[in-house]
Amino acid sequence: MRTSKLAEHIPPSGIRVFFDLVLGMKDVISLGIGEPDFVTPWNVREAAIFSLEEGYTSYTSNKGIIELRKDISGYLENKHDLKYDPEDEILITVGVSEAFDLAVRAIINRGDKILVPEPYYVSYGPLVTLAGGHPVFIRQSPENGFKLTPEDILKHCDNKTKAIILNYPNNPTGVSYTRKELNAIAKVILKKNLIMISDEIYGDLTYDFDHTAFPTLAKMKDRTIYLNGFSKSYAMTGWRIGYACGPKDVIAMMTKIHQYTMLCAPIMSQMAAREALKNGERSTRDMKREYKRRREYVVSGLNEVGLSCHKPEGAFYAFPSIKSSGLSSMEFAKKLLDKERVALVPGTAFGPSCEGYVRISYASSISNIREALVRIKRFLCAQK
Amino acid sequence: MNEILEILEKDARTTPEEIARMTGSSAQAVKKAIKKFEKDGIILKYKTVINKEFVKDEGSDVRALIEVKITPKKDVGFNYLAERIYQFPEVSACYLMSGTYDLLVVVEGKNIHTVSNFVSSKLAPMENVRGTVTHFILKKYKEDGDILRQAKRDKREAISL
Repeated sequence: MRTSKLAEHIPPSGIRVFFDLVLGMKDVISLGIGEPDFVTPWNVREAAIFSLEEGYTSYTSNKGIIELRKDISGYLENKHDLKYDPEDEILITVGVSEAFDLAVRAIINRGDKILVPEPYYVSYGPLVTLAGGHPVFIRQSPENGFKLTPEDILKHCDNKTKAIILNYPNNPTGVSYTRKELNAIAKVILKKNLIMISDEIYGDLTYDFDHTAFPTLAKMKDRTIYLNGFSKSYAMTGWRIGYACGPKDVIAMMTKIHQYTMLCAPIMSQMAAREALKNGERSTRDMKREYKRRREYVVSGLNEVGLSCHKPEGAFYAFPSIKSSGLSSMEFAKKLLDKERVALVPGTAFGPSCEGYVRISYASSISNIREALVRIKRFLCAQK
Repeated sequence: MNEILEILEKDARTTPEEIARMTGSSAQAVKKAIKKFEKDGIILKYKTVINKEFVKDEGSDVRALIEVKITPKKDVGFNYLAERIYQFPEVSACYLMSGTYDLLVVVEGKNIHTVSNFVSSKLAPMENVRGTVTHFILKKYKEDGDILRQAKRDKREAISL
């Protein structure tokens, strides 16, 4: 079939081949999984079952059921002192993935440049391209712990630059930012008159300080599209449910696109999300404590076996350097899989500048992590 | 709860070195804390949770919950009789309850016979025991927070971004 030039233009995911390799192999210990190893808390699953029994199987309002929007509004006010009007400043989406797509489509005019810090989550660049924009990648230096700096932003701005994407805590690095660091970034955003698309899906998994929501910073609410969801905080990845908050005009624009593509998020997921917000705090807290323990375990373990690794501030990823092995990221991942049956993701999946790094997910039990570390150590010794 | 206790309660085999790694403290400090917990009777012992439903060779034990009504003894109240009851090795748990009876006694035995025998020959005849009601457990679904079935397989894709 004659396919779209624009779609053809999107680089194929080079990582797919490696993924197929992993999926085709048995008895693999995987530290390559980008979702919680917990299942959705039972009260949430039960609420969804009940909603089905009650016959909630219809479309909902395009924006999502008003009760859920109100719950989200209340949650954000309670947690971050952030006020969004449930009527017209909140949109329920099919995960943050859709919310991000809508956000870029709602703001980009052909040729606009969008700043994408690298390492990046894989969908950012392609979705910007599909929306008619140009992603401009900002390579963050490992020396600075892969943290975005205000200078980085300034250096990459020109008169076509429209917006910037920030994902914190970050997938794949786990890096997050203190309020002070974010304030410095906000200043540049204001100076350059940029829109901020803030992907805070891992916000609840911040371990060393309180997570700061970007729109709570001075003068930022009017220029921020805030994205969040239920996948990571409540272990609800498969439910595909997230939300976007922002100024009325942009939410209206996003709703327009959403109504033509998704129509609405699945009603059962919306019902489940209500229960998660109402009674999910304890599960989130318990999961967070467990992740924090694993983080300490994994980071010290990696450093001990000779893979130097910063301590990530959030999410459930560590991003160690594998340069000491003398292998490329992809070689390292393939050989480790082949020799020791441990799966992880080569850093280059998150941008070419991540050569020499791998992403390790600690959304896996301590016993799995323990065994994986033993195998990695054995692997590194055999390489010498 | 203290973090060391929380970790050990989940997996008693976690070594002090590993606990130290998880909590960002030193193995020495963890060992010391554990020693103290043991000394203070906070950590009573370390044991393995066995799903007896799956132990084929010896036919699973029978368990009964027994409601016991008692007349409290002057000065020593319920504790005196409770102590006389919980010392029996057949008793796996004993609680003082609010409500229509006083003690809830959990008794384990090889079969229904041994359990009823224990009730009729040991428990019921005790002085100050005014009556007992025995409930046999037919099936255990969950015990002490553990669901009694085989661990579920991880349903996630082995790799994802």
